[in-house]
Amino acid sequence: MNKQIIRLGAGLMVAYLVLFLQLNNIQVFGAEELRQNPSNGRVLIEDFGAPRGEIRAADGTVLARSVEQEDGLFTRQREYPTGELFAEVTGFFSLDAGSDGLEEQWDDELRGEQNELSDGLRELLGGESTTADIETSLSISMQEAARDALGDRRGSVVALDPQSGEVLTMWSWPSYDPNPLSSINSSVATSARQALLADPLNPLLPRTTRELFFPGSTFKIVTAAAALEAGVAELDTPVFETTTSYTPPLTTNPLSNFGDGQCGGTLSDLIRRSCNAGVAQLAVELLGAEALVDTAENFGFGAVPPVGLPNVEASVMPSDFGADLGTTVEVSPDLAAQFDRSFDVPLTDDIPSLAQSAIGQFEVKATPLQMALIAAAVANDGEVPSPSVVSRIIDSEGSVLHQSDLDPWRRAMSRETSLELRDAMVGVVLDGTATGLQMPGLVVGAKTGTAQIGADIESTHAWVIAFAGTDLDRPSVAIAVLVEADDAVGEQTGGRVAGPVAREVLSAWQRDQ
Amino acid sequence: MRSRRNHELALLAVAAGITAGAYALATLGRTATIPADLLPFFGVVLGLLLIAHLVLRRFAPQADPTILPVVALLNGLGYVFIARLANDIDDAAALPGQQATWTAVGIAAFTATLIFVPRIKVLDKYRYLAALAGLGLLIMPLLPVIGREFNGARIWVSIGPVNFQPGEFAKIALAVFVASYLAEKREILQVARFSIGPFSLPEPKHLAPVMAAWGASLVVMIAEKDLGSSLLIFLLVVVMLWVATARASYLVTGVILFIAGGWAASRRFGHVQDRLDIWLNPFADPDGAGFQPVEASFALANGGLTGTGPGRGEPFLIPEVETDFIFAAIGEELGLVGSVGILVAFVVMVTSGLRIAIGTRDDFGKLLAAALSGLIGIQAFIIIGGVIRVVPLTGITLPFVSYGGSSLVANYVLIALLLRISHDGASRPDIPVSVDDMEQLSDEVLEGAVDE
Repeated sequence: MNKQIIRLGAGLMVAYLVLFLQLNNIQVFGAEELRQNPSNGRVLIEDFGAPRGEIRAADGTVLARSVEQEDGLFTRQREYPTGELFAEVTGFFSLDAGSDGLEEQWDDELRGEQNELSDGLRELLGGESTTADIETSLSISMQEAARDALGDRRGSVVALDPQSGEVLTMWSWPSYDPNPLSSINSSVATSARQALLADPLNPLLPRTTRELFFPGSTFKIVTAAAALEAGVAELDTPVFETTTSYTPPLTTNPLSNFGDGQCGGTLSDLIRRSCNAGVAQLAVELLGAEALVDTAENFGFGAVPPVGLPNVEASVMPSDFGADLGTTVEVSPDLAAQFDRSFDVPLTDDIPSLAQSAIGQFEVKATPLQMALIAAAVANDGEVPSPSVVSRIIDSEGSVLHQSDLDPWRRAMSRETSLELRDAMVGVVLDGTATGLQMPGLVVGAKTGTAQIGADIESTHAWVIAFAGTDLDRPSVAIAVLVEADDAVGEQTGGRVAGPVAREVLSAWQRDQ
Repeated sequence: MRSRRNHELALLAVAAGITAGAYALATLGRTATIPADLLPFFGVVLGLLLIAHLVLRRFAPQADPTILPVVALLNGLGYVFIARLANDIDDAAALPGQQATWTAVGIAAFTATLIFVPRIKVLDKYRYLAALAGLGLLIMPLLPVIGREFNGARIWVSIGPVNFQPGEFAKIALAVFVASYLAEKREILQVARFSIGPFSLPEPKHLAPVMAAWGASLVVMIAEKDLGSSLLIFLLVVVMLWVATARASYLVTGVILFIAGGWAASRRFGHVQDRLDIWLNPFADPDGAGFQPVEASFALANGGLTGTGPGRGEPFLIPEVETDFIFAAIGEELGLVGSVGILVAFVVMVTSGLRIAIGTRDDFGKLLAAALSGLIGIQAFIIIGGVIRVVPLTGITLPFVSYGGSSLVANYVLIALLLRISHDGASRPDIPVSVDDMEQLSDEVLEGAVDE
C-alpha cells in the first residue's frame, strides 16, 4: 500500500504544481493583460482614488481638490468647495461618466502622468508620481457678481484680460453642482447625473464655450472692422440715409431697424445707435461677402479658441451667399454721390442673406467666449489674445508644466482700425444704446445686441460686449454678456437686460484692482 | 520524543509570528483597517493554538510536529483576512468574532477527539456506524424542516439557533468507514473475477462500496447542488480503493463513472452546465455569470508578485470572498509569495499526513491517515483550482482558511485523528528498544514501503 500512498502523494504534487504554474500565469506573466481587461473595475477604482492635483482660482481659493477617505472603496473623494460657481470651468470627475472641463482637458497633468518616463523611474526608486495643480486666472468676486447679476435667467458671462487673454469670469446659468456627480457613492452620482440629463435647461452644457447663439448687433463690430479695413468707409464718412429699413437687391422684404425706428448717419452713428438698415446697406453695397467673411475669420470665426477647455465650439460665419450672377450690386444714388469711386460688390443670388449676416443674423452664430474675444481684440490694438483659463500648471516638485500663452491668438484688424472702433464703442456708452455702462472711474466701450431667434418669435437674445479700463489706450478687461431669449419674457434688449449684468461684473473687477 | 513537541512549539512560534505580522500590517492598511476591538479575538485565536499544542503534549506527545504549526499558520492567516474583510463587506462585522469562537469550538473538538480516541483502532469497531453516520449526514440537508438552501446549494441544516453543514463531518465519517472496510476487504478486492474489455474487475458485490459512493456523490451533486463535496467524496472512495488494492482499474472505472455521471447531470441540470461554461470561458460574461472567477483573477493579477500589502487591495469586490474565495484575497494582498505560501502549507500538511500513513503498520490506521491527508489535499486543490480556473468552480471551503464554523470544527477533528494515528505509529508499546530491534523495525518499515 505504501507504494500507492507515495504515488498518491506524487499525484497530488503534480496537481499542486499545476496550481503553482497557473498562479504564476495569473499573478505574474498574464497579470498585465488582466489589469488591462476592460471589465477590470480595480483599475477604475485605483484611478478614481488616486492622488489628483488641485484646481485653484487666481487668489488661491481651491475650486477642486481630492480629499482622503477614512475607509471605503476609494482612497480619495473629489470635492468642489465652491459648488456650482465654477462648474463651467472645472467640470466634474465622475466614476463612470467620464469627466468634463479642466478635469478632462488636463487629466494627465492632474493625475501626474505627464511624463511617463521620469515617473516610471521615480516609482522604480520608490517615490510616488507627482500630481500637478492648476492655477487658473479666474476671479472669485467677478464670478460671484456674474452669478448674482444673471440670477435665474439662462445666459452666459465671459470676461477676460484683453492683453494676456487670461479668463477672469466664465459663468453660465443654469450651472450644476459637480460634487454629487463626482461622488464615490455610485448611486448618488448616477441619480445626480440622471436628474441633470433630464433637466430641459441642460445645466451640464457649458454655454460659454460650447453653445452657439446669433450674435445680433454685437456682430456689427466685425462688419465695421471689415469696412474700415477695406477702406470702404470711415467713422465719419460716408453718411448713410436716415430711414426705417433697407431692402437688399433680389428681395422685396425690407430689413428693418430695431422697433422700426428712424436711424442713419455715419458709421460711428450706425454703431452708436445700432442701425440695422445702414450696416446692412454698407455690407451689401460697399463691402461684399468676401471681405466680411475674411474679417470674421480673422476675429476667430471658424476656429476653436485655444482656451484650455474640452470640446469648445468654433463660431460660425457663413460664406456661401449663392451663385455669382455676373453683375455688381448697384450702390444707392445718395451713397454713390459721396464717393468718386466704384465698389463692384458682386451680385449673388442670396445677397439678402449677406445683409442679414452683417447684423449678426442668418447663419452667423457665436459662442459667448468668441464675442468676448471681439471686444478684447478692439481693446488690444487689433490682436485677438490667446484666451486661457489656465495661468500655470505646477507639479508637486515646483516645475511649471504649462503656462498660458501670452502671444496673441491672431490678428483681427490693424491697430488703427481697433483705435477707431474703440472710439465708436465708447460712443455707444456715452450717447448710444449702452449708457447704463457709464461707470465712475472707468472708460467703457460697448456694443449691444438684440438678436432675433426666429422670424415670428417675439423673444430675443440680449447681448452686450464691452471693454473697460482706466486708460482708453490700454483697456484692461473685456466682457461678453448674453441673456438668452425667454418666451415668458418676450423681447429683451441688450442695453436694458444684458448691460446691468456687465456693469455688476465690471464693478467687481474694479473693486478687485 | 519530547523534542518533537519542542520542534512543534518552535514552528508554532514562527507561524504565530507570520500571522501577527500580517495582522499588524493589515491594521495599518490604507483602504481597510482592522478595528481595534478585534485584537482580543486575534489573541484568542493564537492562544487557542497554544492550547492545542499543550493538548498534544498531554495526549499525543509522539505525534508529528509539523501539522499543527501549518494549521496554526492557515487558521491564523485566514483569521487575519476575515478580520480585514469584515470592515469592507456588508453585514460582516460579526464574522471575526464568530470565526474566533468557531476556532475555540474546533480546538475543543480537537481535544475531545484526542481524549475519546486514545488509539485509532477504537474507531475500527464502529465501521458501519460510521457509514450510517456519513450517509445520514450527507442526506440531512435534504430533509424537510431542518434542511436549508443558501446561494443555490442545499447543504445546510438548521436546528434551533445552530446552522451547520453536515457534509463537512460526513466526509470524515465516510473516510473512517472506507478505511475500515478496505483494511478488511482489500485482499478480496485485489482479485479480479471478470473482465470488461481491457478492464478486469472483482465480483460485483465487492464493488458495492464504489457504486454506493458513486450514488452518494450523484445525490450530493444533483439534489444538493454541491459539486465540490460530490467530487471530494467520490475521489475519496475511488482513490482509497486504488491505494488499498493497487488496481488501477478502480481509478479508471471511477473516473469514467464520474465523468459519465457528471455529463448526464450537466445535460439534465442547468447549474452543472453553467459551471462548466463559466469554467471554459469565464470572460464571455465577465459582469454576469463569470463575475466571481473573473474578479478573482483580477484580484490575483492586482496582487502580482508581492501583493498590494494587507488591507491595501480590493478583494471585497469578489462575492463570497470570505469563504470560497478567500484564497484570491490572500493572493491579492500578499501576492504570489502569499498564494504560493498557502500552496506550500497544504503540500507540507499533505506530505506529513502521507508520511504518517507510510509510517503506520496497521492497515486501518494507514488507510485512514492516507484518506484524511487525501481529503485535505484534494479539497484544497478543488477550491484553489476553482478560484484560479484550473478546474470548474465548486463552492467548498479552503480548509482552516475560509470563514465557516462547520468546516473549521470538522477539519480540527480530522487533524486530531491524523495526529492520533501519528502518535500511535511512533509509539507502539510492543516495540522493543534494543538496537537490533530498531534495525528490525526499520526493516519492517522498508518492507512496508514495497508492500502491495
